[in-house]
Amino acid sequence: MSAQKPLISLISIQANTDPFSMTLSLSRLFRATWSRAAGIAGISLVLAAGALTTTSTAYAGGEEYFPLQSYRVGPYAAGGTGFFGGFIDYMQLINTRDGGVNGVKLTWSECETEYVVEKGVECYERLKAGLNGAPAAATNPLSVGIAYATIDRSTADKLPLITINHGRTDSTDGAVFPYVFPLQLNPYSEVSAIINYIGTQSGGLQGLKGKKIVVLYHGSPYGRETIPVLDILAKKYGFELTQIEVPHPGNEQGSQWLNIHRINPDWVILRGWGVMNPVALKSAQKVGFPANHIIGNIWSNSEEDVRPAGDAAKGFISITTHPSGTNYPVLQAIDQYVIKPGKGNLSDPARFGTVYYNLGVVNGILNVEALRVAQAKYGNKPLTGEQVRWGFEHLDLDNPRLKQLGALGLVQPLKLSCSDHEGGGAVRFQQWDGQHWKVISDWVQADRALLRPIIENSANAYAKEKGITPRDCSKDL
Amino acid sequence: MSTIVIRRPRLNVAAPATLGLVIAVGLAILAAVPGVASEYWLSAVLTPFLILSLAGLGLNLLTGYAGQLSLGTAAFMAVGAYATYNFAVRVPGLSLLADLLLGGLITAIIGTLFGLPSLRIKGFYLIASTLAAQFFIEWLLTKVSWFSNDDTSGVLSAPRLSIFGWSIATPVSRYQFVLGVVVVVFVVASSLVRSELGRRWMAVRDMDTAAAVIGIPIGRTKLLAFAVSSFVIGIAGALWAFAYLGTVEPHGFDLNLSFEVLFIIIIGGMGSIAGNFYGAAFIVLLPIALSHAAGALAAIGVDVGQLQNLQKILFGTLIIVFLIKEPDGLARLVQIARQRLRNWPLRA
Repeated sequence: MSAQKPLISLISIQANTDPFSMTLSLSRLFRATWSRAAGIAGISLVLAAGALTTTSTAYAGGEEYFPLQSYRVGPYAAGGTGFFGGFIDYMQLINTRDGGVNGVKLTWSECETEYVVEKGVECYERLKAGLNGAPAAATNPLSVGIAYATIDRSTADKLPLITINHGRTDSTDGAVFPYVFPLQLNPYSEVSAIINYIGTQSGGLQGLKGKKIVVLYHGSPYGRETIPVLDILAKKYGFELTQIEVPHPGNEQGSQWLNIHRINPDWVILRGWGVMNPVALKSAQKVGFPANHIIGNIWSNSEEDVRPAGDAAKGFISITTHPSGTNYPVLQAIDQYVIKPGKGNLSDPARFGTVYYNLGVVNGILNVEALRVAQAKYGNKPLTGEQVRWGFEHLDLDNPRLKQLGALGLVQPLKLSCSDHEGGGAVRFQQWDGQHWKVISDWVQADRALLRPIIENSANAYAKEKGITPRDCSKDL
Repeated sequence: MSTIVIRRPRLNVAAPATLGLVIAVGLAILAAVPGVASEYWLSAVLTPFLILSLAGLGLNLLTGYAGQLSLGTAAFMAVGAYATYNFAVRVPGLSLLADLLLGGLITAIIGTLFGLPSLRIKGFYLIASTLAAQFFIEWLLTKVSWFSNDDTSGVLSAPRLSIFGWSIATPVSRYQFVLGVVVVVFVVASSLVRSELGRRWMAVRDMDTAAAVIGIPIGRTKLLAFAVSSFVIGIAGALWAFAYLGTVEPHGFDLNLSFEVLFIIIIGGMGSIAGNFYGAAFIVLLPIALSHAAGALAAIGVDVGQLQNLQKILFGTLIIVFLIKEPDGLARLVQIARQRLRNWPLRA
């Protein structure tokens, strides 16, 4: 009766006493049934074993860990490689030049998300616990979808979620979203600043009356985020607004641009992402719409967005929170300490100083400065996400401090608080001359006083739906 | 009276007792898991594994048992998720379980609707028509903001989950909740496929003309398959959105997810209940293992982007190998292995 032989005997077979028959039957067993599965199982086992041995050397003075949910393949790889390249290079610079932040070395590891929400969540769960005892400081997924999916988790795990220049607008209200930081520029501020700029081009905001504006947006949560606030602005300033959606990923826009041609607007605001941007510029050229009346938003402003469009992009205007170029002391330092010694993260060194890369550097500066602020309160040692959160909330970068950091003009002055997790809300405008982005305006502020009540209403509705009791920011320490 | 010749006898039709035992033991292990598994395993591996097993089961009932091909799985999951969300938000008094059931029923109705073409067409053409469901539903949910409760960005975030005062907020409780639902649905489904209805499905699958000759109402049988399958898939979709991701947007349920579920049943085993678990384990675990390995290789300087592409190549290759070498999937391999082990070592 060997009918219910447990599987375990298969494993202990080596120690058995009757080698011949055992080996014979075992080999037959394998040959007959498992040979097909064996290969697969073998590969999986090897890989699983590989996973267990993922370790790297730890520093003695303590380390702060940055989990990176990066994406280097897929339709948005240009954004991912540039941003995370800049972020990593800045952390390298802090480690090599300064020996870390007050003696605490920075460490990081990457997990590929491909901009896919499920993968981003899996990466979040995998990395959140820290690395080799170094606690995680903050997550920076650079994806609206992943950010949305990890808001609840971040709050429960007490780990700051940084969505620089993007994210959920109402998370600006830190009373309801204590752990979420749409740093510098949330989507509402972005469109408000663009409308203000168009206003100045039309001789003041009253000049907007009767103007025709078309907004062409990416068919995703990111793209749709600004629909209601644009309606409010249109009503307030009396311009004629048409909002047109481009389905993801946006490589076909013929009908949308014919529609725009028919409307014949004064301005087109392009809220694109990835491949949608060059296609929009080319399609505009086809219907004869001038590029210098298209204004790209914060995710339609990189070299990778305009180069593929060639001539069609000449004259195209876009906003930016951080000019491209390498003429800033901090970028010179990265060049000297990281790129030249061959430790740079970019596989294509020509992308050093591009928009995405510089955004990564800006993001690195903000994360590191938040850590520094938190260290001033909690001590110069590795800090938990909860402590780093305090640092973000009390971040205060003025021009003298930015000068010390070598980032004056690269980062806008930024002051965060319990109720304001955005801080800046200003953008500059740049124009593509066929080779480079030329900055064509000073900082243009969003109408944050107008936006604030809308944000608070939305945040309070969220709090009610989720059963969150907002913090009292007047008492917050 | 003519007899039906079942051309290819499938798995597990004749071994209910063993199957029950295996499932019981497996579930006992899974139930004991929260004591030993880390939070990462619970919330990032086991929960999606269980939910995808359930989605696989839904498609397997339709494709593996009733022989109707479909590429609309993700769309039906989306319907389940959105329907459940709307019941939860708009009808406040209902319990979560009622929301889930109603969400499943709505999906069943939609599924039946999109199953209507199966009365006239089959095979490749049916795939094309269910593909229409995939695109249409994704478009509809994006276009009509009522479905997402007029949320501006169209992203739903899961309402607080609780059943009879039991709050489902931690990874452990979410896992247990999913496990509970999955167990119930699997038990019902495995007895369903052994019931008269299940046998009708298999008769239709193996030869619909013969089935019609012995008096099986073909149309009703096919539509019932669509209904039951969509019901299960709808529940899986709701769990995917609320118990796993915690948020949902229409593009989260795109064609890729439909393919993923299709791969689950191809790899796990068509016409097998346990095969859904094997297939889902394969689909969930392999990319994670590969990604961990990528992390290890990246540490020694291999380019991360290249590794990601390599992973896709490896995954595709494995699927092709499976299709050629073992069309009946992992379930078949497990069955053969069990058979051998039973006889072993007296004869091999």
